[in-house]
Order: sequence, then C-alpha cells, then structure tokens
Amino acid sequence: MKKMEKKLILAIESSCDETSAAVVENGNKILSNIVASQIKSHMRFGGVVPEIASRHHVEQITQIIEEAMEVAEVTYEDLAGVAVTEGPGLVGALLIGVNAAKTVAYAHKLPLIAVNHMAGHIYANKFIHPMTFPLLALVVSGGHTELVYMAEDGSYDIIGETRDDAAGEAYDKIGRVLGLPYPGGKAIDQMAHEGQDVYHFPRAMIKEANYDFSFSGLKSSFINKVHNAQQKGEELDEHDLAASFQASVVEVLVTKTIRAAKEYNVKQLLLAGGVAANKGLREALTKAMKEELPEVELVIPPLSLCGDNAAMIGAAGFVELEKRQFAEYNLNANPGLLLG
Amino acid sequence: MKLLAIDTSNQAMSIAVMENEKIIGELTTNLKRNHSERLMPAIDALMKELSLEIQEIDRIAVAKGPGSYTGLRIGVTIAKTLAWTLNKELVGISSLKVLAANVNPTHQYIVPVMDARRGNVYTGLYQYKDGILEEVEPDTHISADKWAEHLSHKEGQFILVGEDYGKHQETFEKHLTERVSVAPPQQQIPKASVLGILSVSSEAEEVHTFTPDYLKLAEAEENWQNAHPDLVEDNYVEKI
Repeated sequence: MKKMEKKLILAIESSCDETSAAVVENGNKILSNIVASQIKSHMRFGGVVPEIASRHHVEQITQIIEEAMEVAEVTYEDLAGVAVTEGPGLVGALLIGVNAAKTVAYAHKLPLIAVNHMAGHIYANKFIHPMTFPLLALVVSGGHTELVYMAEDGSYDIIGETRDDAAGEAYDKIGRVLGLPYPGGKAIDQMAHEGQDVYHFPRAMIKEANYDFSFSGLKSSFINKVHNAQQKGEELDEHDLAASFQASVVEVLVTKTIRAAKEYNVKQLLLAGGVAANKGLREALTKAMKEELPEVELVIPPLSLCGDNAAMIGAAGFVELEKRQFAEYNLNANPGLLLG
Repeated sequence: MKLLAIDTSNQAMSIAVMENEKIIGELTTNLKRNHSERLMPAIDALMKELSLEIQEIDRIAVAKGPGSYTGLRIGVTIAKTLAWTLNKELVGISSLKVLAANVNPTHQYIVPVMDARRGNVYTGLYQYKDGILEEVEPDTHISADKWAEHLSHKEGQFILVGEDYGKHQETFEKHLTERVSVAPPQQQIPKASVLGILSVSSEAEEVHTFTPDYLKLAEAEENWQNAHPDLVEDNYVEKI
C-alpha cells in the first residue's frame, strides 16, 4: 500500500493578544503549537489595547515561530506551506503575523495560505474528530457569535449571528460590573456553578424565527438590576447574578443551535471559539443534544484548543492547501474579514 | 558583503541592495499607500530585477524608528523575520539618522524632523565630524517649540531635513531666525541606499529581541506607568 504523503504546514496566528505558531500534519495532527499570551499585560487596562498588542507581537514573533519549528523537529524543506490568519482581528496585530508569514514563505519559496480566524476555530475540532458534512458550527468568542453551516470542507454559510454584542463581549462587560479582573468569562462561569438562576433575565430573540442572537439587552438588564439594588442599598448574591446571566446566554445559544441543527438536518455539531471553554455551555449543549438529537454527533474541542492558537489555523489552512488556493505577497491584514 | 536595506518608517517606502557601499539597486516611492501590501512584492521585484536570490544577501538593514508605529512594525517584522529565517545579520539604524545622512557633509548642525502630532516632533541633532555623521544629541520625542528653543542656545547654523519640516518651520524660525535653513527637496525623503551605507560598519543586533525604537510608550502604557510606577514589570508575555 502506498504510504500517504505527509503534508506539513507552518501556521501563524496574531489576530488579538496571543502570538502563536504551530506545525500541523495533514490538517489533523499537531506537531507543535506554541502560544504566547499577553493577557497579563492587557489585564492592567481592563481589555486589549491594540497598540500594546502590536508591540508585544513584534517582540515575540520570530522566537515563537522558531520554537514551533524546533518542537516539531522540522526544517523548511519539510514544509508544504505557510498559513497565517488574515482576519478578522485587530489590524495592527494581524499585520505582524501576516508579514512574518509572507517573509518565511518568500525566503523558502513556500506557498502562502491566508486563513480566516473563524474558520480556524471551527477546524480546531478536526484535531479530535474527523468532520462529517453537512455540519453546523456554533462559534462563540469575544468578538463573534455565529452559527455556521458547512456543506463541505472550506464552505461556510453563516445562518445566524449576533446583532450587537458577541457572547464573550457580554461576559467581559458584566465581569467589569462585578469588579472581576479582565477577562471575566472564566470567573463568571465558576461563580455561576455556585449560584441559582433567580433573576430570570430576558432570553433575547429566543422565539424568533431566525438564528440571530442579541446580548446587549441582557447586559443592560444585568446592569440595571445591579444599579437598582445599589441605590436601594440591597445586597445581591453575586453567584446568583452570575448564574442568572449565564443561564440566559446558554439557554439562547443552545435553543437556537439545536433548532438550526434540526432544520438543516446536519450530521455533526461543532462547538468553537474562546467561549467554547465555558463549562456551563459545554454541559448544557451536551445534555440538550443527548435528549433532542442523539443521532447527531457533538464535537467539543478540549480547553487547550478553544482559545486562539496557530494549530487551528494550520488545520483550516490545509483545506486551502489541498485546493491550491494560495495568497500572493501583497496579502494584507483584513480586520473585518467575513467567513465564506 | 551584500546587504538589503529597508525603510518604511514614514510615508516613503525605500529598499536598496548594496554590495558593501556600492548601490546595486534601489526602489523608492512616496505614496499614501499601504506598506504591508507593497513591501514584500517590492523586495521580490527588486531581487528579480537584479537576478539575485534572497539567500545571497548577507545582511539586512532596517530603519528602526522613530516614525509611524505601523510602518516601523512592517519594516522591522519583515527585516527580523528575513534575518532569522535565513540566518543572516540584522542591523537597525535610527530613521532620523537615515534622514540626516541625506544631507551632504557640512559644518552646520543637521536636524531631522518627523511630525509626531499635537505640536510634537521626533527629532535629533547630528553633525559631521571629520566627514563622519555623528549623533550630537540622542533622538527624542519633544514639542517642536521646546526643541527649537533648546537649539537656540547653541551656536552655529541648523539645517532641517524631513518631509514634515513645513509643519514646524515657523516654530524653528521663531527661535532660530536666520540661523535655520531647509534641505533641498531631493534630500527630504529617506533613501534605503543611505541606510545601507550607514549599516555597512554597524554591529549586528540580537534578532529575536529586536523591536522598533518607537521613542514613545503607547498612550495607555504611559498613563498606567505614571499611575503605577512601582508595579512596572519586565515581562508581560507568558507561554501558555
């Protein structure tokens, strides 16, 4: 039997506050995945400061790529291409990865592959389980909340998205109201597990006949509840507040996702993005899928692949490599890049 | 020794290939267009035109700042990645010195100027001594008025160089009167060949840790450091 050729991609990601490089084999095996996080820097400001993120990326970029190559024990001759996040993200941050990737591709005459960051989040799942089409992906992060239908590899159809705040953004904002350090998502998730949904915040758009989301109303209700209590001198239980907020977010996400999975008759449901690390969301989606769609396979990435990382860019880039869809040296950062 | 020089610190984009101090090729444009889209294709085109492979280059020189933050990062990222990935030497030269070196040897003080908004400039003070351009005062970010006033206490003549001089010409004339003049138009934009010549005898940099000399903290960083002088740390980035 002919041995399958190994195709290795060097992947680079710098769309927000992580500088990452990875070497990925055939789009589904991680040989290395180095992630340098700037979170300690941005915590000082209560959110990511774009100029500071860009400066950190320049400091880190070559060291991180070198480490990814060393850990994977590969040389440039072993590579089939260089993949990089083109967007969406912070323009100044994206520019560092894009220009480093172009340079490596140019210096070693390798194909350059431009990857959409959101496609990367979806393809992170490929490291755990093969993808079966058609599938539906719920992509939830600090900047995005999208339901993506995929008929085949590399085909993306956004069937629903947030009309205002992303789910992760809502977490960060109420984290600030609760006085939690940035980013608040993980702490709120933990607090939610020790509280009850006693405040019954609204479930925006849950009954509407579309797959869009809205989280700004929930955020306002939350802030009003806290401010009113403060004015009256009432004490609210922070755990119950967190639990009530999370219950609303999770119920809307799960309900609309399950409905879409049924209507589109998909074979697989993927969870993706930074908020995929949320324990409450993982548990509720697992439970609902077991009860309502036991025949549809649910794939949830391990925590290590939920956050931004370059391995996922390598996985999504492999699809483009197979299609021989390459970028030119004039590739630019595209902060508002859409999926599909 | 073959050298590739890159300057994208402001609106002009200039690249040059040198054999020691001899210019083999140079490409300079001065357009309000994106360096990110244009720098790598420009390097590729120039190398092709010169029938050179990038591996034949021994040293990469880059204008390291000050200047436009984004412009600097594009030039520095491409320069340091090239140097690292091909295991070549990297040299960083002050973007202000590159401008100052446009001026032919003269007894006058040379004052390179880049506009830094809100009445401020990135500037420095250079002078030829025995035919060699030397830094008299370190590059700085300062209000144009303060800088011109500071210079007025020195004796001698001053020549302004840099496309943005016009935004601050009146300020300089107020303090320096007839002692200040302006370099001719062909000397007002940076040329990578000039950067290349300055780089030939310079010491190589540590590639991984090389970053632009912004000469200014990010605004949020500056405010934070002023509010928390005791809490500033060396390293804010951690592998996870």
